[in-house]
Amino acid sequence: MVRTPEANREQFRPHDHPNDAFLLTTVVGSYPKPKWLNRADELVEDPDSKFDEADLEEAHDDACRLITHEHERAGLDTVVDGEMRRNEMVEFFADRIDGYEFNGPVKVWGHNYFDKPSVVEEVAYDEPWLVDEFEFTSNVSERPVKVPITGPYTLGFWAFNEAYPSTEELVYDLADLVNEEVEKLVEAGARYIQIDEPALATTPEDHAIVGEALERIVSGIDEEVRIGLHVCYGDYSRIYPEINDYPIDEFDVELCNGDFEQIPTFTDPEFEPDLALGVVDAHTAEVEPVEEIKENIRQGLRVVPPEKLTISPDCGLKLLPREIAYGKTENMVTAAREVEAEIDSGAIDVDNPLDD
Amino acid sequence: MTERVAATPGLYPLPDWAKETLSDLKGHQKGDLLSGDESEAIVEEYAEVRAEYVDDQLDAGLDRVVEGQGRWDDMIAHPLTVHDGVETGGIVRYYDNNNFYRDPRVVDDLDFSGDVARELERATDLIDGEEPLAATLSGPYSLADLATDEHYGDAAEFQAAIAEFLAGEVEAFPAHETLFLLEPSLVTNPPAEGEESAATDAIATVADATDADVVVQTSYGALGEKLYAHLVDEAGADALGLDLVAGDRDDTVYNVQEFGATDSLALGLVDGQNTLVEEPETVAERVEWFESQIPAEGFDRTYLTPNTELFYLPTNKYRAKLNALAAAAEVLE
Repeated sequence: MVRTPEANREQFRPHDHPNDAFLLTTVVGSYPKPKWLNRADELVEDPDSKFDEADLEEAHDDACRLITHEHERAGLDTVVDGEMRRNEMVEFFADRIDGYEFNGPVKVWGHNYFDKPSVVEEVAYDEPWLVDEFEFTSNVSERPVKVPITGPYTLGFWAFNEAYPSTEELVYDLADLVNEEVEKLVEAGARYIQIDEPALATTPEDHAIVGEALERIVSGIDEEVRIGLHVCYGDYSRIYPEINDYPIDEFDVELCNGDFEQIPTFTDPEFEPDLALGVVDAHTAEVEPVEEIKENIRQGLRVVPPEKLTISPDCGLKLLPREIAYGKTENMVTAAREVEAEIDSGAIDVDNPLDD
Repeated sequence: MTERVAATPGLYPLPDWAKETLSDLKGHQKGDLLSGDESEAIVEEYAEVRAEYVDDQLDAGLDRVVEGQGRWDDMIAHPLTVHDGVETGGIVRYYDNNNFYRDPRVVDDLDFSGDVARELERATDLIDGEEPLAATLSGPYSLADLATDEHYGDAAEFQAAIAEFLAGEVEAFPAHETLFLLEPSLVTNPPAEGEESAATDAIATVADATDADVVVQTSYGALGEKLYAHLVDEAGADALGLDLVAGDRDDTVYNVQEFGATDSLALGLVDGQNTLVEEPETVAERVEWFESQIPAEGFDRTYLTPNTELFYLPTNKYRAKLNALAAAAEVLE
């Protein structure tokens, strides 16, 4: 069953928040890398270059600082470092978990690829995955830091399984490793963890496997830690209302890409976790105007009241030009603050949020 | 004596160098994908890709060579997404995979395109008679399933129009020994009860447009038994392609035992979605095992194929799978 989102949401309200209503603003995670960082990644591979691993680490630190501050400048209530240190959502973790090997990139769509790994033996926890990254970001940020982690279902199903009799068994082993990592992050001070499970959208009939994996992940994790789940690009009717049984505080969805046609799915039965609603499209290179985003936010109010609504982009923004990603984020926050003010003033009726 | 033919239905992964050069030339967003009127620089890149695919297949020793469909950004939705009468909408999931294609919204008559025929002509030049060409085309049932109709206004009429369109494309193809019609939707989203014949009629319309051996390739598990029976009798296929990797193999065996089979068969034997490379001996055993399940005297031809397209794999493993298929056919000789 759902965790207790009301027990951990208020800690993210900034002290100088201007409105009574509080629509928690956040991002899914990834953000366009500055061009120089991509160059630095290439340079370190070049044997003729003096640029070494230590230089690359410095470059990553600089980039994380830069994007964390860019998120703060956009006005987000909770920030991420834009995943500057991560190459890709499965690859990054597979690189740190014993049992995976890499054979080369595979297609996702168009000319977007990822280095899909193969699991060739039993997986095991080796070094911490994200604790250093979290501590660094937390130190340079004035706002609370959210930590996105690729979930065990995606880590299992977006790999080629050469070793386990069933990928389900692989997923549960991975879930235990994620739990170990979450415990370490919480110990380091993390209070907002997002489990990314885009693979669930590909095989929604496996929702029970994801549920079991989540039980393992949150085992022993205190209620003051906010656990979100992000699932994108799918037919949500195939996993709803089952997600109401998941042990999560927040469910993050991508609906802007589909013009919010799936909103009615979540209205019956009542939506139990907090809803984190994607209100800007992660795959169009135009910044949505504030007015349009405000209309999108109102769609979320059809599902949950303001105190259970979180505002985010549809998905990670890493494929967009950086100025577009910034523009979307900034307009998203502006729109959220204006909607809050209109809720406070009564201009928006939260019971009939689409009425003017 | 059954002839064993090592072949693939195509849709290969781009070589790693081409992943980079094409991504630089074209971009990453929805609007950057192939439209069918690509620039000369892009055409040249694809020509090199095609040449590499042909070499890969000849090196492996496959008995049929495909064009490889490197241009098919939208996988089997490609024949529509490059069509003038089609607008592309949002990106949508490609079956239950972590892959996406642009939703082809058909907004005008589906008249002749010639896009696929042009690719095949270039492939024919490259193959230069060394092995027979196998053409690959999306099947009408799956293509209608993947597309959105905003023009014809009636599901049956839409499916028939797509079938007529594909038949017209096939008529323009250069000489080919085999035609693979890819029909994964027959398994994932089968026709409703009573509408099986509309689907098989559509397939037969396309199959009738060629004298080549027509393989109706299915993927992602076993066909429903009633639909299977309709396909054997009505689809005009010389071979039904059956997935022996995904789903319950026993269901497929049951279908064949209960309802008979086409004169030839295509067996999806190597896993197009897993890097674990099958041993040729194992593949050969699976062929003999499957053939032994069936009461018939033997088939004209058994195609040894992957169970899906191969673009899901990294390039080293895709090549290893081609080699495994060709070597398995040799083991059986």
